[in-house]
Amino acid sequence: MLEARPPTRRAELQAGIRAELPIALGVLPFGLIYGVLALAAGLPPGAAQAMSAVVFAGSAQFIATQLIGGGAPAPILLLTTFVVNLRHLLYSASLAPHLRHLAPAWRWLLAYLLTDEAYVVAALHYGRRETAVAHKHYYFLGAGLTLWVSWQLSTAAGIFLGAQVPAGWGLDFTLALTFIGMLVPTLRERPLLLAALVAGVTAVLGAGLPYKLDLAAAALAGITAGYAAETLSRRRAA
Amino acid sequence: MTLWLTLLGMGLITYAMRLSLILPAQRVALSDALQRALRYVPPAVLAAIIAPELLRPGGALDLSLGNARLLAGLLAIGAAWWSKNVLVTVALGMLALWLLQLAA
Repeated sequence: MLEARPPTRRAELQAGIRAELPIALGVLPFGLIYGVLALAAGLPPGAAQAMSAVVFAGSAQFIATQLIGGGAPAPILLLTTFVVNLRHLLYSASLAPHLRHLAPAWRWLLAYLLTDEAYVVAALHYGRRETAVAHKHYYFLGAGLTLWVSWQLSTAAGIFLGAQVPAGWGLDFTLALTFIGMLVPTLRERPLLLAALVAGVTAVLGAGLPYKLDLAAAALAGITAGYAAETLSRRRAA
Repeated sequence: MTLWLTLLGMGLITYAMRLSLILPAQRVALSDALQRALRYVPPAVLAAIIAPELLRPGGALDLSLGNARLLAGLLAIGAAWWSKNVLVTVALGMLALWLLQLAA
């Protein structure tokens, strides 16, 4: 047999953990700040930690603490969560073809772990044609669990620290920096670059739209621009 | 009580969206157009979160040299392009932010 043997389950799991680790570390300050902000907004420590476990979506949690601090009613919180997390529908669609062969229990579990940060890492891995498909869900599991652990622990640390992290440190900026580190190296094709630029400009111009709708609007504008640019360049090439 | 129910609702909404297309056993046919469009979701969403953080740090548009987050962010974009490494990007970006804040 000249074929290379597919990676074992353990190897896939470890590779997933390794790939997620830098991102999970980048998320630590973010979880820390979430914990601090949640307490500052008046959430009891138990509820602050529970939100990290039950919702497990950083940007939605941040916005929720803002809204709770401002006394927003439950329907606004639910609607905002829906809009801010709409992108998860697209992540779900994107990974579904790769997960269809798995037992339902696996799909329930992996869906729970489908955060932005796990999606990026898993989608890149599924996109690599040279690696065998057999145990790729272990890679996803490794990546997802790594992020889950770092999110829960950093939330707990933030709750314990309370308001002891001075705002002057600007630790919240690590969120933007983490996303820059993830985004910029992928912008090697023009339609992808255009999608990012259009989304960025739209988000800046639309900032302040109610209920964080600016994020959804900007994402949609960017996706449309990238798709249109790709279509145009294909027509030109044809 | 209302708070806990709200948290549960937020979790269910998020989980339902994550699970929606993964769970069905049958193939949910995604058109070629949709699959192509999906490639642009991560760059668009990430850029939509990043841009206001750099350009509207205080909530208002700030294109001046006094905007430390914009300058540190631009440096981080360069660092990310060359290093392709998230931690290097975060470390250099934070260092730049702190130095700029000290200098201000």
